[in-house]
Amino acid sequence: MTPLWVQAAAALLAVLLAVVAPARLRGRLAGAACAVTAGAGVWGGAQAMAGGAGVLVVGTALPGVSMTFAPDRLGGLFIILAGGVGVVASVYGIGYAAWAARTTWAGFAVLLLGMQLVPAAGDVLGFLLPWELMAGGSAVLVLAEHRTRPSARPAGVWYTVMTHLSLVTILGGFALLVVATGGQDFATLATADPAASGAAFVLLTLGFAAKAGLVPLHVWLPRAHPEAPSHASAAMSAAMVKMGLYGLLLVTVRLLPGGPAWWAWTLIGLGAVSAVYGILQAGVASDLKRLLAYSTTENLGLMVLALGVALLLRPAAPVASATALLACLLLAVSHAAFKTTLFLGAGSVLHATGERDLDRLGGLVHTMPWTATTFAIGALGAAALPLTGGFVAEWVLLQALVRGGETVDRTVTVATPLAIGVVALTAGLALLTFVKAFGIGFLARPRTPGTQRAHRAPVSMRAGMVAAAAAVVALGVAPGPVAVALARAVDVPVTSTGVAGIALPGAGPVLDPALVAALGLGLTVPVVAAVLVAARRAPRVVEVPAWGCGAVRDDPRVQYTATSYAEPLLRVFDDALQPERDVEVTHIAESRYLAARVAYRQELSDVVETRLYRPVLRAVDVVADRVRRVHNGSVSRYLTFAFGALVAVLVVVAR
Amino acid sequence: MSAVGAQVVVAVVQVVVLVLAAPVVVGVTREVRARAEGRAGGRVGQPWRDLVKWWRKRPLQATGTSVVSRIAPVLLLSSSLVVVALVPLVTAAPTVVPADLLVVVSVLLVGTVAIALLGLDAGSAFGGMGSSRHMMIAALVEPTVLMAVYALSVPVGSSSLSAIVDARRDDPASIASPAGVLAVVALVVVVLAETGRLPVDNPSTHLELTMVHEAMLLEASGRDLASLELGGWLRLSALLGLVGNLVLPWGVAGGTGPGELALGAVALLAKLGLLAAVLGAAEVGVAKLRLFRVPELLAGSFVLAFLAVTASALVA
Repeated sequence: MTPLWVQAAAALLAVLLAVVAPARLRGRLAGAACAVTAGAGVWGGAQAMAGGAGVLVVGTALPGVSMTFAPDRLGGLFIILAGGVGVVASVYGIGYAAWAARTTWAGFAVLLLGMQLVPAAGDVLGFLLPWELMAGGSAVLVLAEHRTRPSARPAGVWYTVMTHLSLVTILGGFALLVVATGGQDFATLATADPAASGAAFVLLTLGFAAKAGLVPLHVWLPRAHPEAPSHASAAMSAAMVKMGLYGLLLVTVRLLPGGPAWWAWTLIGLGAVSAVYGILQAGVASDLKRLLAYSTTENLGLMVLALGVALLLRPAAPVASATALLACLLLAVSHAAFKTTLFLGAGSVLHATGERDLDRLGGLVHTMPWTATTFAIGALGAAALPLTGGFVAEWVLLQALVRGGETVDRTVTVATPLAIGVVALTAGLALLTFVKAFGIGFLARPRTPGTQRAHRAPVSMRAGMVAAAAAVVALGVAPGPVAVALARAVDVPVTSTGVAGIALPGAGPVLDPALVAALGLGLTVPVVAAVLVAARRAPRVVEVPAWGCGAVRDDPRVQYTATSYAEPLLRVFDDALQPERDVEVTHIAESRYLAARVAYRQELSDVVETRLYRPVLRAVDVVADRVRRVHNGSVSRYLTFAFGALVAVLVVVAR
Repeated sequence: MSAVGAQVVVAVVQVVVLVLAAPVVVGVTREVRARAEGRAGGRVGQPWRDLVKWWRKRPLQATGTSVVSRIAPVLLLSSSLVVVALVPLVTAAPTVVPADLLVVVSVLLVGTVAIALLGLDAGSAFGGMGSSRHMMIAALVEPTVLMAVYALSVPVGSSSLSAIVDARRDDPASIASPAGVLAVVALVVVVLAETGRLPVDNPSTHLELTMVHEAMLLEASGRDLASLELGGWLRLSALLGLVGNLVLPWGVAGGTGPGELALGAVALLAKLGLLAAVLGAAEVGVAKLRLFRVPELLAGSFVLAFLAVTASALVA
């Protein structure tokens, strides 16, 4: 349990340094302490995954009430995930948030500590207290830049309200289980009868789905992620929302295994809707960080879909079920790697240009080669292309679905192809989304003067981005050892084969990306050689104007923007996205056939927010308004109320 | 011969045969189409001559383009070569690098992405337009692709292409089964969309408003253009060869002996010639669909593939 103490001490130190250190040194000192916090987390998580973490009981001020920390293998995995992301984000933050406010660094340290303690919990109290630490720290971070950006305030309100609602339902769900079993440690809770725990499952799922950003509880995510400083967005998106997934795994795999089939269907439905809706919104978003936030909803959707499939197939096809569970964990790990890379890349762009609107970026590949390269690698991972972690994870998920289709259960045989359709549509749209994000943001010519003056990122930021991008590639080329470790956390028999490939359970299919890479390399070498020989005879003529069918204007404004890039998609999915468009044509006075000016305005809002939340919020407003009329400030009226209440109490007591 | 040696031989044979044949496949398609339309047409070997001509010319590179413009042609060509080496075209012998259908599909996507980024790199409006349309079609074609993959894999219990082709050769009745036919029809629609043929995209158009694939290549010239065109033709030939081997799985070698490989290569060339002629003849009577009608076509083929899956599951 030593790492736990190191984590706590380093986090305390980080908070202290954030508060007292001079502004000049604050980033370096607090950042280093945060990196130590997260590094100790990786150490502790590795201990837990090896099965030797031990148990720590912390007493509280209330007699007989204590918190237990006893991470199991699955918990250890999520601690490593949070710690790994934390180390990279802290190092990056040293450069990115060098001059950040005291609260930013203090909040970040608290967030890191909370994220690493949640999966270590061995009982309900040990789970909920860090959960609130995590929520509190991240809420501070969402509000960090409230002075410069007014949009941070509503984002903070949305986030705080959603995260508290999620706490209420989680608390309710755990309370039901505690009442049913008579104890609050996880070993006792696991004795609950799953068949009789439907209400607890629903409450816990609601709470964890809100944290994981699943539709329709995702509304906080696209607001909060863009507002937080980028290293914090990376930690929130790559690690914090995963705690929602950990909660779902905790409930369905550890505490209440063997739940009824409708649990699985609920998760599959939640996951499928989140995946498709999330990536659709990401596809049409032009704010880079908002795009990444929606893509997080998509990825979490895929993970929950995989979890649901694993639960559904468990009775009928145990091998496919184990594969799906492995896919869920692989998705989580690879998402952590590529989403960190992408958010850090977006942060560097914001840092260098002050812009996060893709429509105003462009040409950054020339001015920011490091950021462009790492962002491209992250984008390849998010688009699940080969030789990245994203591809390996999706391959395992699809293999699980292919093998799940062999069962005799007819509902399952119809459901698996539909699930494949969902995964495939998601993958296809992710491809479009990330080609857009990279192609519009980094290629072509700068669309605004600010973008033209972009500068390179400082060393610490580059180090963070390179480390995260290296993880994406490592997971993609040599996934074997990682898959074996992940599989051990959930007792799935997976072996590593070939160079560093995966052999799925039950003599299943084999994926060895290193061999595919070798084949690709072997075939690229002759091509490159031929190109080089040709280049000696006929060298390239550079610096000619782009041809564009002879109709090119030099103005960078004629280039395609993110909005125009997504226009066909928007048209195809018009019904689901419901954009508001406004075209205003001003004609020349002499002729109504000649337009002097055309103004085009397009607004995209989240349909779930406008259709589901707005009516509820309006209703709450109306009720609050009615209630407010009752207290108008007159003292005599309040005295009347007090008197009435007293009479009512007396009547009740006297009976 | 060791397993790795055999893999190298198979890869080299398939790559050499396809690189030699792919331009001719396109030439045959154009020739058949020209004859059917009453034109004289070029010669069958014309695409080859074009390739040699482009390869010798100096490529022009527009101001402001990045390294992407140089890498993308090589990436497209080598991703096509990987597909050619992986797909069981000449022989269906199991290979060291498993010919997993899902891997093949994702390697194809690498080429798709390379060319989409190339379209954006020069910053011309046409390139962006083509790239945007191209990615929309790629995104919507993906569910159909994977559904067709699934429909082909489930009866065999594996997504390995060699296993699928083997199973079809051993049990020819499965080819004519409803599930088998529906899956292949869905796959054909996918191949047409992936390779930019009619009715999804018109490979011979340069009309600004309708082009998709050509719009992204506008800025490429010289050997870049040669790599891009050859890469595209190789994709077409590899996918046609795959369809040929799924519909007529005879003649595909079962091992890696020299005699078997020679026979397999001859059979492959015959199938490619036949399919190229059919493709050319079919394109005479088809018009390009409006861009926003393409999703309907893809949805239709998705439904076909879905029917194929459920048919194979419920009938069996």
